Parts: sequence; structure tokens; C-alpha cells
Amino acid sequence: MFLRPMFRLVPDGTRIKFMRGRFAGLAVSAVLSLSSLGLFFYPGLNLGIDFKGGIVMQVRTPGPADYGKIRAALSDHGVPAAGLQRFGDAREVLISLDRQPTEAGTEQTVARVRAALDQAEPGTVVERNEAVGASVSDELFRNGLLALGISLLMILVYIWFRFEWQFAVGAVVTLLLDVTKAVGFLVVTRIQFDLVMVAAILTIIGYSTNDKVVVYDRVRENLRKYKSMPLRDLIDFSINETLNRTLGTSMTVFLASLPLALFGGASLSGFAWVMLFGIVVGTSSSIFIAAPILLFLGENRLRRDAQAPVRSVIKPAR
Amino acid sequence: MLYFGRLKTALIVGVCILGALLCLPNVLPAPAPWFPWRQVHLGLDLRGGSYLLLQVDLDAVRKERLDALVDSARQTLSGKYRLLALQGGDHVVVALRDPAQAQAATDALRTLATGSTANGAPEFDIAPQPDGTLWLTLNNAALQARASAAVQQSIEIVRRRIDSTGVLDPQITRQGDSRIVVQLPGVDDPNRIKTLIGTTAKMTFQLVDETANPNAPPPPGDAVLPMDNDPNAKVVVSRRVEVDGADLTDASPGQDSRTGDWVVNFVFNSNGTRRFADVSTANVGHRFAIVLDNKVLTAPVIREPITGGRGQISGTFTPQGATDLATLLRAGALPAPLTVVEERTVGPELGADSIRAGAIALAAGFLLVVGFMATFYGLFGWFANIALLFNLIMMLAVLSLLEATLTLPGMAGILLTLGMAVDANILIFERIREETRNDRKPVAAMENGFRRAYSTIIDSNVTALLAHVMLFVFGSGPVRGFAVTITVGIVTTLFTATVVARLLMVRWYAARRPALLPV
Repeated sequence: MFLRPMFRLVPDGTRIKFMRGRFAGLAVSAVLSLSSLGLFFYPGLNLGIDFKGGIVMQVRTPGPADYGKIRAALSDHGVPAAGLQRFGDAREVLISLDRQPTEAGTEQTVARVRAALDQAEPGTVVERNEAVGASVSDELFRNGLLALGISLLMILVYIWFRFEWQFAVGAVVTLLLDVTKAVGFLVVTRIQFDLVMVAAILTIIGYSTNDKVVVYDRVRENLRKYKSMPLRDLIDFSINETLNRTLGTSMTVFLASLPLALFGGASLSGFAWVMLFGIVVGTSSSIFIAAPILLFLGENRLRRDAQAPVRSVIKPAR
Repeated sequence: MLYFGRLKTALIVGVCILGALLCLPNVLPAPAPWFPWRQVHLGLDLRGGSYLLLQVDLDAVRKERLDALVDSARQTLSGKYRLLALQGGDHVVVALRDPAQAQAATDALRTLATGSTANGAPEFDIAPQPDGTLWLTLNNAALQARASAAVQQSIEIVRRRIDSTGVLDPQITRQGDSRIVVQLPGVDDPNRIKTLIGTTAKMTFQLVDETANPNAPPPPGDAVLPMDNDPNAKVVVSRRVEVDGADLTDASPGQDSRTGDWVVNFVFNSNGTRRFADVSTANVGHRFAIVLDNKVLTAPVIREPITGGRGQISGTFTPQGATDLATLLRAGALPAPLTVVEERTVGPELGADSIRAGAIALAAGFLLVVGFMATFYGLFGWFANIALLFNLIMMLAVLSLLEATLTLPGMAGILLTLGMAVDANILIFERIREETRNDRKPVAAMENGFRRAYSTIIDSNVTALLAHVMLFVFGSGPVRGFAVTITVGIVTTLFTATVVARLLMVRWYAARRPALLPV
């Protein structure tokens, strides 16, 4: 019937023993994050123009681009060090050039590239032209890191304030593991790391926290409800209870991001793929990482008396 | 949680209608020019245009102040010093001929220091040294005030210069201590504007020292400057500025009636006219130089006193060159050189492509989310979908009120908000479902569902909000647009997903009174 839900994501009353897989989950996560960390140092992120500085030109050739011809024309015009890359469809070419020492140098280089393109592919249109100087790119990079760091810190404090320190530490450690994996994903896929990617990672952080809070909130509630249940069973029980919510909320964000990855155009699809990856990682880490950490930190330590943790500072309006 | 009084219901419906009305300016033209008609602006990455980040060279401001300090100190102490020079790049050292006059000299300098500032705070500090010399050091606070004024003045001049090019709707704003953001919608080749902005355009009239050899070090008080049209040709000019470009009231390009060459005609104000008349009267038969940014444009011989306050700059101008120079002279000189440190230009085609791609993704995402909610949550899912539609409307309304700029990442932000907004509904529905399974009556189940889900919703949204506020604070350009849409989206979600959806559910329940909830 139209009124009733047609399907359930997960049947009710599941009793999956998630905490049995806690060591496996942590181990897999640790291996992935450590290798991501390794990838971060070698070969390293494919830094975009925002953070590396330099010149990027996006051009549209009249027909499918002939890279050999463009490359030859570029070196004829004295810009041999240009990087060429397909951007979206076959007519779109992204030309990246190193930082020029002076403003005049930048202008000259851009003029030379235009001349080379006129020779190799007459009728080419320069659709986008960006040049970022050294002082600006350093500053953007610093600000990006600051935004990431301060966000993590504020989330730590907020969860600590609203829950207990075990929850906060569990969430932030899990977030760090999530973020390192996203960085690893960026390195492997060679997606350019620019300001938009910082936005993607911050969104993943926000989203992933959101997901953790759903599970933690239930754990906190059950701690008060079932005073004698062992923490391990209690966490399993809480995850099972919230499984539909955890998966449901992930599905909707996933579905919203998917069209962006498929039709969002070349400049946003990178963002969307990182988001999709982050949603999968963030959802699984809520169950397999954040919960086990809480179990390790909280065993015999979490208070279970009703009045100790503040239930809620927000009074529902009547 | 389930009872909505008449007033409250009216208020909620009113807010929704108001939201829809506030979206109207985005699709309809303003009914009258005075009517407040706020709308969302498209970012340069969507409408096409040029973004330039300019750095004001504050070191040049400092250096100029120090040079001016040397000059004014020299005048103040006329002849009473043995040595007076810039030392170490940051202070002026003065050695007096007669040590007994140290006090008198210090007093005179102190008057000089406080004379030129508005609030009477000294512009430089005077420190006597053990060896009997005086060190004059620029005061940091005064220097900062100067720098700030220089940036402000630069913005004014950049605006005047850009206005003269006819670019529609340029935005020129200050960023931080020493930067200026220039946004030029619709400009896809900013090179001419960059040249206009990058020229300091400091014009001076100085006498040529015909006795000095241009290839030898210049005598004190003189400087060797290159010719503009031939960097190898040098002219020795007196450092003393007789008249400067600030005394011009007008400049226009024109053609010389005899030769047909392009020239720039200019008119002095009364001060400039008087000084130019004095100088030209006293120096008939000598040459004077018209200097622009330390290059000599032309150095003609003064044939007769020029008292009319009008003049002509000839050189080897192209029509465009003469027009640009006239523009620069009319707008005035920049107090300090500007350099472009960041440039982003997007052509109109790419912008249109981006809008199309974003719109398709937005529509597809909306349909997928709506489909998901309908499939997995049935009727309640449709309530959430209606709330979601209002969420979009409210977002657009708030963005319009803020006159926010919609960028490509901003469109991604709207899409993500769609996905995250139903999150709150899912939390509520799942909670109601659980309560129903625990054999609660429909009213109690709904009541508990809303109440219990509330704190989770708040916690999860506040953490997401924290991350995006940080992105807004530290981000720049299009990414800020993303942070704005998502932040606005989170706030409107709290209203639509909980209040609007709840009102719909409560109304439905009151009308039908089902024995069992469709969850």
C-alpha cells in the first residue's frame, strides 16, 4: 500500500554481534590508515593550484584534442614544462604550469600558451585561467589545515561536553582514521587536492560525526536503561537498534552525492567521489571503529547512574 | 510535542509562505526601483568573470615615508646638520654641527613629528644616541594608520580606474591588512584591466639638470631616470618635484593638431597652475621632464611661461596608450604599487556548463532522495519530502535575504543538504517505529518519537555546523559559498525537518485518527 513503507533496509530485531569483529575492524582500519599515511609521504597528494601555486588553463579544442600536437607547439613556444591532462570530455584539456617568478612572467607564459594553442588547434577557447602566487598558496594551505584542526578540536570539546570523555576520544580518533583514509583515497585516485577537497574532508568529518552521534546517543540512553548489561552486549544491542537509522541516513547522503559524481562536471566530480568514499568509510567506522574504541575505553568506567551525565540541555518545546 | 495551537500553526504556515515570497526576487524583476528586492547572486565561477587578488606593497609605503622624513627633516634643520641620511633601511640618522643645539633640534623635530598626524600622536620617535647623533624611527602605530589609509585609498583609485573601463557591476573590497579583492563579472580577458591596475601612475614634473652627465653618478639632489620609450636613453633630473599629478583636474586623449600624433591633454587645478606658471617663468629656455612612475615620458624645452594651467604630454603613444594614460591621470596615482597575487578567470561558456551540470545533479539528487524516502517510509516519507521541498525554499529565501553568492561548490552544498536534511526525519520515524513496536499507542509513539529524537538531531547537526563554520572562517572564494549554503541548510533543516514535518504528521493524525501508524 502507498501509505506503508514498501521495504525495510534492515529487518527489525537483528542481533548481530558486531563487537566480535572489533579486532578485525580496528586492524583493517589501522592498516588502511597507516598505508594512507605512507601514501601521503610517497608519492604524496596531487596538490592543486590552490596549494601549489602556478597557472592552470582549461581550454576547449574545436575537435578531440591532439595532445602530441599541443605538446609540440607548447615546446616550440618555450613552455616545455606544461602538464597536459584530459578534463571531462575529449575536447577539454587542462594545462598546468609551474609558478612564475614574477607577475609579468605569468602573463608572458599565458600569452605563449595561447599562441601555441592557436598554432596547434586553431579555434581553441580558453575557458578558465587561474594563477596563484606563492604567498597566497602558502596561506590557503595553512588556512585549510587550520580549518581541519580547529574543527576536530571543537568536535572533541562538544562531544566531551555533551557526552563523556570516552565518547569524545572515540569519535575524534575515529575521525582521524576516516580523514587519513580519505587522504589515501585522494593519493591513489590522483584527484587534485585543492580547497574544494578541504571542504569535502570537512563535510566528511561533519557527516561522520553525525553518524557516530546517532550510535553514541543510543549507547548513552541504554547505559541508563540497562544498568547491569555488560558494556559489550550493550554496545552491540545499541548498534543493532540504530542500524536502520545509520544505514538510512548514509543512504540518503550517498544518493544525493551520486548524481554529483556522475553529472556534476569535471570540477565537482572529484569532490563527489571523495564524499561517496567518505560516506562509506564514515558509516562503517561508526560501527567497527568508534564503538570498539568506546568499549575499550569505557569498560568498567562509564558511569551508569541516572543523574550523572546530563541527559539533555535542550528542553523540547511544548 | 503534538499539540499545535492556532497561533503556532498560523506562525509556521506564515513562515513557509514568507519563505516562498522571499524567493520571488530570484525569478521576477523588481516591481519598483525602491522596493527591497534581495536575491541570490551567481558567483564568478557560474556567471563567468574575473577574480583578482591584489597585494598592496606596504614596504613601498614605508620607504616613501622614510624618504619624506629625510626631506622634511632636512628642511626643518636647514643647514644645522653635518649628516642627515637614511640608515639601515629603517631609521634616519642626524648628526648636528653644533652639539649645543641638540635640544633645540629635538624640539623642532618633535613639532614636525606631531604636525602631520590627525590625532597629534607623533609619527616618528626621536632617540638620542651615545655618540651624539639623533635617530628618527617611524612609529609603528602611525605607520599602520598610513598603511591602512593607503589600502583604502588604493581601493578608491582602483574603483575609479575600473569604472572608466565600463565593466558592469565590479566589486572591489578589502581583504585583511594589505589585500584588495577585485571581482569583474563578465570579463574573460582581464589583461587590460590588470595593466590599468598595475600602473602606479605617479606623475611628476621635474626640471632637467642639463649640466650633469647621464652616464656618471648623479650629483647630490639629482636622479638619473630612463626614457619611457627607450630604456637606454637616460635623463638627469632634479629630485625636487615642481608639480605633481595630484594637482591635475582633468586629462583626456587627443591628437596633436600639427603632427597628428596621439597626445594626452591635461588641466591643472589652481595650485598646480600657479606653481607651473612660476616654474616655467623662471626657467624659460630650460628643459623640464614629465615623469611617470620613474620613467621620463617626455622632456621638452620651455619656450615661454605657461600660465594657462593647460599642457600636453606628447610621446610615442598609441591611441589606446593615450586613452589609458588619461584614464590613469584622471583617477589619480596609487599610494603604493599593486601586484596581482591571485587570478581566476572563468569564461561565460564554462560558467553556463557548470550551471547546467549543477542543475541536473541537483534535480537527480532531489528525485533520488524523494524516491528513497517514499520507498522506505511510505506516507511519513512523503511528509518528509514535502518538508524537504520547503527546506529548499527556505534555503533559497535565507540566501536571498543575505544576498549570498551562489558558487559551484555552493550548489554541491545544497545537494548535500538535501541528503542530510531527511536524516532528521529518519531519526524521528525510526524512533516512532520503535515506540510502536514497544506497544505504545499512536499518540504516545509519535510524542516519544519526536521528543527522544530531538537531542540526537541537535547533537548531530551542531557538530556538522561547527565544521562548516570553520570552513567559512578559514576558507576563501567559492569554498566559502559551499560553507554558506551548508550552514544555512543545517539551520533551515532544523525548522523544516522537525517543525514542518511534525505539523503535517499531527494534522494528518488529527484528521484520520488511525489505530495503527504506517511505519
